[in-house]
Amino acid sequence: MVDVPYDAVTDVPPAEVAEVDLYHPRSWWTRYVFSQDAKVIAIQYSLTATAIGLVALVLSWLMRLQLGFPGTFSFIDANQYLQFITMHGMIMVIYLLTALFLGGFGNYLIPLMVGARDMVFPYVNMLSYWVYLLAVLVLASTFFVPGGPTGAGWTLYPPQAILSGTPGQDWGIVLMLASLILFIIGFTMGGLNYVVTVLQARTRGMTLMRMPLTVWGIFTATVMALLAFPALFVASVMMLFDRLLGTSFFMPSLVEMGQQMKYGGGSPILFQHLFWFFGHPEVYIVALPAFGIVSDLISVHARKNIFGYRMMVWAIVAIGALSFVVWAHHMYVSGMHPKFGFFFATTTLIIAIPTAIKVYNWVLTLWRGDIHLTVPMLFALGFIITFVNGGLTGLFLGNVVVDVPLSDTMFVVAHFHMVMGVAPIMVVLGAIYHWYPKVTGRMLNDALGKFHFWVTFLGAYLIFFPMHYIGLLGVPRRYHDIGEAAFIPSSTHTLNAFITVMALTVGFAQMVFLFNLAWSLFKGRPSGGNPWRATTLEWQTPETPPGHGNWGKELPVVYRWAYDYSVPGAAQDFIPQNQPRATPALKGAAP
Amino acid sequence: MSAIVLFMAVIAVIVGWWLSQQRLTAKPWLEEGPVGNFPGTDAMTWPAAKIGLGVFLAVAGSLFALFISAYSMRMNAVDWRTLPVPGLLWFNTGVLVVSSIALQWAYVAARRDDMENVIIGLCAGGASAVTFLIGQLLAWQQLRTAGYFVASNPANSFFYLITAAHGLHLIGGLVALGRTTAKVWRGAEMAQLRLSVELCAIYWHFLLLVWLALLGLLTGWTDDFVDICRRLLT
Repeated sequence: MVDVPYDAVTDVPPAEVAEVDLYHPRSWWTRYVFSQDAKVIAIQYSLTATAIGLVALVLSWLMRLQLGFPGTFSFIDANQYLQFITMHGMIMVIYLLTALFLGGFGNYLIPLMVGARDMVFPYVNMLSYWVYLLAVLVLASTFFVPGGPTGAGWTLYPPQAILSGTPGQDWGIVLMLASLILFIIGFTMGGLNYVVTVLQARTRGMTLMRMPLTVWGIFTATVMALLAFPALFVASVMMLFDRLLGTSFFMPSLVEMGQQMKYGGGSPILFQHLFWFFGHPEVYIVALPAFGIVSDLISVHARKNIFGYRMMVWAIVAIGALSFVVWAHHMYVSGMHPKFGFFFATTTLIIAIPTAIKVYNWVLTLWRGDIHLTVPMLFALGFIITFVNGGLTGLFLGNVVVDVPLSDTMFVVAHFHMVMGVAPIMVVLGAIYHWYPKVTGRMLNDALGKFHFWVTFLGAYLIFFPMHYIGLLGVPRRYHDIGEAAFIPSSTHTLNAFITVMALTVGFAQMVFLFNLAWSLFKGRPSGGNPWRATTLEWQTPETPPGHGNWGKELPVVYRWAYDYSVPGAAQDFIPQNQPRATPALKGAAP
Repeated sequence: MSAIVLFMAVIAVIVGWWLSQQRLTAKPWLEEGPVGNFPGTDAMTWPAAKIGLGVFLAVAGSLFALFISAYSMRMNAVDWRTLPVPGLLWFNTGVLVVSSIALQWAYVAARRDDMENVIIGLCAGGASAVTFLIGQLLAWQQLRTAGYFVASNPANSFFYLITAAHGLHLIGGLVALGRTTAKVWRGAEMAQLRLSVELCAIYWHFLLLVWLALLGLLTGWTDDFVDICRRLLT
């Protein structure tokens, strides 16, 4: 911690916390494996999410190989293709992005950024990780059960999800639903921690309006996730009943292979409502932490206070609230009443307002800033551009009349990969480059980082821009082999092959990143406590990496907001949140 | 989806009210200085466990609101045959009310440092909750013998599903109640007990409220209300 003098008359003495309040690990096992320390849990979450995310990455290569060079790879048949799609989507959205943003970044950053010693319920926090790990293992096990994983698509729409025509009908779908239920139980345990820690364990002086936007983003996303995940829970439980007990919650009466099935009267649309009541907030559950983190990255690396902090906070809250009333824009083609379509199109387009406010504020933060093109900053800039691009195609799809012809084409795939795949991943990567020095005490290699950024950024555009075009031509998504059709020009196949080569290239760049992570852990340049000269509390810890309990004997006291960069008249171009005044009043003040 | 949208609206009002107390219009870049200058914006002073329970109730409430939403959407289908509600459910409801009152009794006693009544309240609450669960199982048994199986009609499926979900939540509560009782057994001080007893009582009242709503739904008492909501939204 920066040793800041305080004036006993006007300043508040630092709060001391008794040693007994802390949980202490007694053995190697409780320190590194069954740890209740949020920082260790964060790393466990991140490593598990990355591991299963790599599986999903490999699946995407396999899909691209099939699409780019159809018929070349005999080991990818139509069923497997569907299974790859399903697992890729589900893993990336839920088991990677949600877990990484909330379980990984949330656990690491919330206690440090609000000046707490740990999460408020450390034991429950530990359980949360182990239940998450169990969910991941159950999910991964579906690759090895008879029939393989489910091929129902990541939306798992009934009735096809549990009919015998869909691969993985025996075990795959059952284990997928079980895994989702476990994930939600595990997440709820973690989520309670993140919310209550922000509400109750903020250090003295850390008012809500002094919190870094990262914490605002993760906090709001967690509240949303806690309220939205029950919808997926209910849908999963009901579908398990349909599959295992023969109930007809979602299953209409059907004839399969000439046989009348025992199901009857169920409503597949009911499932869609439940799924998307979770599914749309889920988009913002991933996006809001990304919004928050990117705001902090831009402010730190442009050495400027964030433009419109209040607006940024209000926009986060507004987006969180609005995202609960737009779910049916995923269901325009489900035969809903046109008035509903109108309502949901309107709410969808209204969300563009707070979102656009955020984009303007990021750009205005950069305006006349002292921009350092560090690797985290490059990724943050990459995010803004990608998010704007993905958001613009969202305006297309938010309109019912435009959505109907584009629905189920590659245009949708390109849209959501830009806005929900590439954009958040840019933030994840930028955030890792930014906070890796705090987690390990060493810097990531800069040259490898820049190589990683440029290949990833340019590669992602070379993958997804052509994909929009292919979608506009009318090429459907989820097809194992598009074959020959009058409306598909032969150049589409060339373009598909090109996209595949780019996808493999971008995938390769991620291997370079993983190498960088491992190599820098031992050989990286020592970073010191605050390599980016940032103001927020996590950079002011007495030790780097932060020790058990985060702070020494005394908790930090917060005197200012998180964005005092380049303050006129200040001794240096940043003032830590726990420094009482801009120009140290006492002699012998800290540097 | 009207039930869940209504529930979310209630949550939004609560969150909005709380946020309105947090000086979200402050200009933090102008407000340098120690805490005392900005009253009421510090971290909450309630114990973490109590806030945690509050958040959990919102999650559980969302879960049940979603069940209710699904129920009211599915019941419009032509194949829906409302099942006769076993008379036992009324007895069970009474037992659950007793359970809730007993825990309230324990909480009031805990505030008065009256250990004897705390013990009576906890034990009576626990015993009646267990009775409720047994009663629910018997009700299932009765329905099964009468031929109302889980898969024979969506109304039956929902009945079993929703009562099971409620029962599982009560079992979770019994674990917490068991731990509180164990604390008493080990001779814990009243100061350490008061919060646990209070949280159990709050959770029990919540589950009673949920049960009354579910009972209204399952017996068809709230059909008119559901109809009105539906008409409002269509």
